[in-house]
Amino acid sequence: MFFLAPGLTLLIVLAIVPMILMLTYMFFPRGRFGGVVYEFTLENFARLNDPLYLGVIGDSFVIAGTVTLLALVIGYPTAYAIAQLPQRWKTIALLAIMLPFWTNFLIRIYAWIVLLSGPGLVNRALIGIGLIDEPLAFLYNEGTIVLGLLYGYLSLMILPIYSAVERLDPRLREASANLGATPVRTFFSVTLPLTLPSALIGAVLVFVPSFGNYVVPELLGGGKAIMLGNMIRDQFLKARDWPFGATLALVMILVTCVLLIAQAVVSRRVRNA
Amino acid sequence: MTLLSIEGVSRKFGDVIALDEVSLDIRAGEFFALLGPSGCGKTTLLRILAGFEWPDRGAVRLDGADLLRQPPHRRPVNLMFQSYALFPHMTVAKNVAYGLEREGLPREEIKKRVGEVLAKVGLDTMAGRRPSQLSGGQQQRVALARAIVKRPRMLLLDEPLSALDKKVRAEMQLELKRLQVEVGITFVVVTHDQEEAMSLADRIAVMDNGRIEQVDAPIALYDRPRTRFVADFIGANNLFTGTITGNGFEVPGLGYLPCKPELPNGLAVLAVRPERVRLGDPGRGAADGIVADVSFFGGISHIAVDVSGHDRKVLAATQGAARITPGAAVGLFWNPDDAVLVPA
Repeated sequence: MFFLAPGLTLLIVLAIVPMILMLTYMFFPRGRFGGVVYEFTLENFARLNDPLYLGVIGDSFVIAGTVTLLALVIGYPTAYAIAQLPQRWKTIALLAIMLPFWTNFLIRIYAWIVLLSGPGLVNRALIGIGLIDEPLAFLYNEGTIVLGLLYGYLSLMILPIYSAVERLDPRLREASANLGATPVRTFFSVTLPLTLPSALIGAVLVFVPSFGNYVVPELLGGGKAIMLGNMIRDQFLKARDWPFGATLALVMILVTCVLLIAQAVVSRRVRNA
Repeated sequence: MTLLSIEGVSRKFGDVIALDEVSLDIRAGEFFALLGPSGCGKTTLLRILAGFEWPDRGAVRLDGADLLRQPPHRRPVNLMFQSYALFPHMTVAKNVAYGLEREGLPREEIKKRVGEVLAKVGLDTMAGRRPSQLSGGQQQRVALARAIVKRPRMLLLDEPLSALDKKVRAEMQLELKRLQVEVGITFVVVTHDQEEAMSLADRIAVMDNGRIEQVDAPIALYDRPRTRFVADFIGANNLFTGTITGNGFEVPGLGYLPCKPELPNGLAVLAVRPERVRLGDPGRGAADGIVADVSFFGGISHIAVDVSGHDRKVLAATQGAARITPGAAVGLFWNPDDAVLVPA
């Protein structure tokens, strides 16, 4: 307990207290130049019902969900394949996955603009090999946002799955084969159920930052406020409506909590299936 | 009748020779043991039989059919893993049913056979438990049930008793033997524990350095070892290196020792079991020495005797407590029939 004290104090004073203060803003109307007027109201929650805001929250769900699904479909086989490599190549592959983290996220997202813009590398290459005549408009739509988020968070899916596959006792697969299971059967009856909890952790790790992201929709989505993260940012910085921004932030925190609980419940159920 | 025949099987890992021209016949219905120190190649051989490893050369035939051409999941051979390798996400009943489900048997029959085999290993009340909720001995029974429920032609057991504590071990040892007789499956046990092999097996193959040293029944292996390794590895033994000449077996520094020189003239090793060595008055026995140490084991006592000119202490075993004390001068006696000569 004693050794926990400094860390806990830091966390409570610098993260939890400001967050609670922020969330209390939900119950007050906005001040004229930012800040709040201290008169109790529930009007901020009523505004959530607006189809405009619900639409943005829904879009954020769809985009983050698509990213998570794609990350799972791409990440699982990748993680599985890395776990089968000889030790030397394993290290190299994991390093290659983590290497991009050494560069600032913002810069990496800008790099995609350089690649995908009208006069960008991809368009020039496609024109160069004669596949197209006019540059294609890759940028500034939902697809590019999904691409950017997937690029940013795929490794958060790969690493937990990799560690689960790596930890899996190879004798379990041998036992399955020995009892008459084909390699495909072994995968679906033994390998997948035992690595699924880690895949779910990966899914939460990808979904949560994708859902609340605002850098990627800002840069690759063309600055239109189409995800929850941008909307929260706009409420605070552009509309100067702190109370409603806080309400939207609460939505995000609740979604994250629900997901974490769901992940824990499903993992337990899989483990006891 | 030969069930499994292994012919000239060799396997190298880099520069390490794991198996060197191993040939072996295992008969249908017998309890066979592969015994040897760790790294002798016995586990590699087991993995080749299960299909997780392939030999560089040689043939393996089961019921006359080439076993090596079948993938692991088609072989009529089941393996009980040393670590049991039970599926942690399935109940005991599911674990046992897994192999039968792969055969596509009707549900009713699977249920019936799982129930039968769980009753046979005494776990019928544990069917709904998870492996993590069972003790080591119970997990082992599940592993055994899972392996025999498929009624394989041959059951391989990898160090079946090594993970159990001493009491459960003795119990399980009897159980394994009973089950083997009851289900009539050929058991092949791999172990480094000679007591385990001696008490369980009908026949034992002693392996060292990737080679088979001797294949024999436990008693023959103990009484008539045919190589120096077997004489030294199985049980306690007193070994004397010397030369066979026309006059008998001569050890430098000790002279002629009582034995029947059945080997051709040349270098040889004489092996005498401690329980065959008797102590008497000095001057008239095979050799003289000074008692160095007496240890009492309950049923028997071991007396270590220092013999000048011989670097290892000679062990003699007597029934009950020994009446001799360290420092006494003794003579060592044994019958020529009780000593075994093996090539050096």
